[in-house]
Amino acid sequence: MEIAFTSEELEQIEKLKALYPESKAAIMPVLWMAQKKFDWLSEDVMKHVAEVMDLPYAHVMGVASFYTMYHKKPMGRNHVQVCTNISCMLKGGMEVYEHVKQRLGVGHTQATSDGKFSLEEVECMGACGGAPMIAINEDFYENVTLQSTDALLDKCV
Amino acid sequence: MYTAPNLVLPRVENLSSLDVYLKHGGFDAYRRAIHLSTDEVIDEVKRSGLRGRGGACFPTGLKWSFMPKSTDKPKYLAINGDESEPGSFKDRQIFEYNPHQLIEGILIASYAMGISKSFIYIRGEYHKWVRLMEDALAEAYAKGYVGSGMKQTFGNDYTTDIVVHKGAGAYICGEETSLMSSLEGDRGYPRFKPPFPANKGLWGMPTTINNVETLAAIPPIMMLGGDAYAQIGAKGHSGTILYGVSGHINNPAVFELPTGLLLTDLIYNYCNGIPNNKRIKAVIPGGSSMPPLRGDEIEGVRLDEESLKVLGTHIGTAGVMVMDEDTDIVAVTLRIAKFYHHESCGQCTPCREGCGWMEKILHRIQDGDATSGDIDLLYDVASNIEGNTICALGDAAAWPVKGFIEKFRDEFEVLCKPQRSFVALNVVHGKRSTASTLVRQA
Repeated sequence: MEIAFTSEELEQIEKLKALYPESKAAIMPVLWMAQKKFDWLSEDVMKHVAEVMDLPYAHVMGVASFYTMYHKKPMGRNHVQVCTNISCMLKGGMEVYEHVKQRLGVGHTQATSDGKFSLEEVECMGACGGAPMIAINEDFYENVTLQSTDALLDKCV
Repeated sequence: MYTAPNLVLPRVENLSSLDVYLKHGGFDAYRRAIHLSTDEVIDEVKRSGLRGRGGACFPTGLKWSFMPKSTDKPKYLAINGDESEPGSFKDRQIFEYNPHQLIEGILIASYAMGISKSFIYIRGEYHKWVRLMEDALAEAYAKGYVGSGMKQTFGNDYTTDIVVHKGAGAYICGEETSLMSSLEGDRGYPRFKPPFPANKGLWGMPTTINNVETLAAIPPIMMLGGDAYAQIGAKGHSGTILYGVSGHINNPAVFELPTGLLLTDLIYNYCNGIPNNKRIKAVIPGGSSMPPLRGDEIEGVRLDEESLKVLGTHIGTAGVMVMDEDTDIVAVTLRIAKFYHHESCGQCTPCREGCGWMEKILHRIQDGDATSGDIDLLYDVASNIEGNTICALGDAAAWPVKGFIEKFRDEFEVLCKPQRSFVALNVVHGKRSTASTLVRQA
C-alpha cells in the first residue's frame, strides 16, 4: 500500500490546522487520522505525516512515541485492552488479563501471528464504576467476567 | 438521604439533545451572564465558593480574576477532560448526559475572561465520549449557540469558538501545563511555574485551564446566584460534587451530592455497602494519588477538602475507592507505584528514577525478599520524590506509597525477612595441580 493521504484527506488536514493558532498543534489529530488509515505508525507513515505537517520527522516521532495509544508496531485487527488498575484489580481485572493472555497466547502489546488479535494491559480507562472492564478497539465493555470476555472474543472477526 | 435537585447531572431524559436542553432552561444562565459586566460574573463565581473539581481545589473565581484584562493578545481557555486519575470517571457522564451545560459553562467563562477560543481536551481512550461531545458541539454551532451565530442568537457582539481535542493516552496530560504542551503539538511535558498560564499559557498567551465538572457547575451558579450556591454543601468547599465510587462496593456509580457528605453515608446508603457484608479495610477518598484512610478512621469523615485536609488526605477528583477486609494492601500499593512509574514523563530525575525504584522495592517486598530496612528505604525514596519535581505527578506518586506505609506498615512487615541473605559467587582460580605439573617438568 502506498503511504499517502488522498487529496480529500489533505484538505481535511488543512482544516484541522486552521482550528489552532499554530498548525503544529494539529499533529495529534493528524496522527490519529494516519493511524486509522494505515493501522499503525511506521517510519514511512511518520515521515509522510512530517511532510504533510511541515515538521521535522524527529518531532513527529517524538510526539508519536510519547503517547501510548499511537501504535509504533503493527497491532491486531481486534486490539484487546484489559485494565488492571486498582478499581479493576480489586474486582478481578488481573484474572481477566491473565485469562486473555493465556487464550491469545501473546503478552503485553503483542499481536497474534494471524493478525486477528493484539493484547494490551492498559492503565485506568475511566470506567472504574464498571470494573472490571476491557476495551476492544474503541468500544468499552464493563462488568466483564471470564465467560463474558470469552464470548466477546468469540464474536471478533 | 439528600433530596435537593442535581445541578450538574439533572435527571432529565435526552438532555444531551440541544432542544431538550433548551426546553429545560438551557442557555438562560448565559443570557443572564451577558447582562452583567465581566467583573460581576467573576464576582458571582467568587461568591459561590466554587473550587476546581480537577483535584487541586483552587477557587475558580480567583483563577479567573488572574487573567489580564487590558491586553490585546488573544486569550485561551483549556478545558481539562483528560480524566486519567485511577478511580475517577465523572467527566464522561457530563460528556454523555449533559454536554450542552458544559458548553454553556464554557461560554460564561469565555465571556467573563474575554476568551476568543477554547479547547476541550478529552482523553484518547474516550473515543465514544469524544464523538458525543463533538456531536453536541456541532449541534450547538449549527443552531447558533457557539461561534459566529451567537451574535444573532444572543443579540450582542461577543462570539467565541470551541474546539474538541483528543488526547492519545498519557496520564500526565491531565496536568495543566502538560496539557498545554500537548495541545500545542509537542510531547506532553509539564512546564515550570512561574510563568503561570494566566500570563503565559497556550502559545505564550494568557490562558485559563478549568476542569470539565468545574465549568459544568457554572450555569447553575449563574441561575441560583453565588450566595445561594455557597449555601450548598460544606463551608469552604461549597456546591455539589460528582462522587465516583468504585472498588469493593455493591452499587458503584457516579453520584451528584453536596460536598461534606459523610463517607459512611455514601458507602452504606447510596452505594448499598460492601459485597457479602464485609468490613472496610481502606478507602482512597479522591483518586489513586491521594493518601488512603484506614477502615477504623472513616467513621464521621466528611467528604470535602477542608475536612479531609485535617486527616492528611484530599478530596482530589472525588473518586472514592473502597477496599474490603481481604484486600492485599501491598499488591494495591505496588499497582499504584507501577502506574506512576509507567506514567512518569521522564523529565525530572526524582520522579523518573524514584518511581522505578519504588516499584522495584515493592516487588521485592511482595516476593518476600525484603527486610524492614527496605520499607524504610521505600519511604525515603518516596519522600525524596515529593516536592522535588516540576509538576505534581511526583507528589501523586509519593503520597499513596507513604500513606499506605504509614497506615498499614504491619502489612508490609509481615512479608519481610529478618535479614537478607546474599550468595556471593566466589570466582577463584582452582587449577593448582596443573601449575605444579608444569613446575616439575621444568
